Amino acid sequence: MEIKILGTGCPNCLALEKRVRQVVDKNNVEADITLVKDIMDIMSYNVMSTPALVIDEEVKVRGRVPKEEEILQLLVK
Amino acid sequence: MFDWLQSISDYLVFNAFGLSRDSHLAEAIHFFIYDSIKILLLLFVVVFIMGIINSYFPIERVRNYLTSRRLYGLEYLMASLFGTVTPFCSCSSVPLFIGFVSGGIPLGVTFSFLITSPLVNEVAVGLFIGLFGFKTTLIYVVSGVLLGTLAGIILQAFGLEKYLTPWVKEILAKAQKEQTTFIQEQQDFKQRLPVIWHEAIKIIKGILPYLLIGIAVGGLMHGYVPEGFFEKYMGKDNWFAVPVSTLLAVPMYSNASGILPVVQVLVAKGIPLGTAIAFMMGVVGLSLPEAMLLKKVMTWKLIAIFFGTVTVCIIISGYLFNLIL
Repeated sequence: MEIKILGTGCPNCLALEKRVRQVVDKNNVEADITLVKDIMDIMSYNVMSTPALVIDEEVKVRGRVPKEEEILQLLVK
Repeated sequence: MFDWLQSISDYLVFNAFGLSRDSHLAEAIHFFIYDSIKILLLLFVVVFIMGIINSYFPIERVRNYLTSRRLYGLEYLMASLFGTVTPFCSCSSVPLFIGFVSGGIPLGVTFSFLITSPLVNEVAVGLFIGLFGFKTTLIYVVSGVLLGTLAGIILQAFGLEKYLTPWVKEILAKAQKEQTTFIQEQQDFKQRLPVIWHEAIKIIKGILPYLLIGIAVGGLMHGYVPEGFFEKYMGKDNWFAVPVSTLLAVPMYSNASGILPVVQVLVAKGIPLGTAIAFMMGVVGLSLPEAMLLKKVMTWKLIAIFFGTVTVCIIISGYLFNLIL
C-alpha cells in the first residue's frame, strides 16, 4: 500500500504524518509513507486544503487531521 | 432568547456569591459569566453550521465552479461570497493561491477570495453575533463581502502579474481552464456528522483561552471604566481615529478572539461602531503570518500593494459606517 501525505509543512501536516505512522506501526500495516511537500505535486491531486491523505493515489481526506480510528478504517478498507 | 442565562448569572452573582447589586465587582463577574456562556454557545452553533456547509462545499469545488463558468464580472462577487463559507487557515493560503491561478482564475478574483475568506470566517461571525447582535453582524458580513469584491476588482486593474515570484509566473503561463473532476467524498450525513462535530470542538478549544481572557478583561473594563470614557478621545469628530485603529490592527492576529470582547466594551463605552469595525477588520482580515506565507508566491512589492489596498478599503468603510450608523 502506498500512503502519501500532502502538505507544505504546516503543523497540521506534520501532525497527520506522525499519526499515520503511529497507526501503521501499531497495526502492522504494510505501507510506504511519503510526505509530499512540492506544491505542484500537491496540486496534481487537485488538493487545495492541506493536509491531505492519499492512499494508493486516491485522495481520502483533505483539509483536516482525522482521528486514529478513522485512519485505520481507511487503511484496512 | 437568553433570559434563562440572565437568571442563572443573576443567581450565581447575587445569591450564590452574595455580592451586592451596585458593586463594580459584581457587575464585572456578572458580565464575565453571562458573556462567556452566551458567546460560547453562539460560537459553537455558527462554527458547526459552517462546518456542515463546508463539508458539502469544499474549496476544490469552489475552484471548479469559478473556472468552469463564465460569470461576466460577477466572478469577483462570487469568489468573495465563497470566501465567507470556507474556513481559512493561513497555512492553506499558498496551495489555495496556486490552485486558483493555475486553473486560470484571474489574480483579482483570487484576491477577492483571499480577502473575504479570513475576514468573514466562522469564528469571527460567531463572536460577532455573541458580542454585537445579529444586525451588526449582518452589516459586518455584507461589508466584508463588498470589500473583498471591490478590492479584487481594484487589484485586477493594477495588472500585478509581473510582481509574482518567477515560478508562479511560469505556472500562470501554463494556466489552462482545465476541468479537473472533483470526486466528492462519498459519505452520508450520518458519517460526516462526527467529523464536523469533532472539528468544531477543536476550533473552539483552540481559541478558548484567548476568548476567556478577552472576556475577563472586557468584564473588568465594563465594571470599572465609566460610560462615555472614550468618546472624548476617539469620538466621531476625531478624523484620525479610524486610520490609526486600522493600522494598529493589521499586525494582530492569533489573538483576534481575545480582542473582540474588549472591543465590544470599548463600543459600549463610547467608541463609534465604524471605528471599531475598521479595527476588527484589520485584526481579522490581515495578518503578518499570512504575509510571511504569501512571500512564497508574491514579491514584497505585491504583498505591500495587496495589504495596502485592503487597508485603504477598510479605512474607507470605517468612515462610511461612522457616517451612516
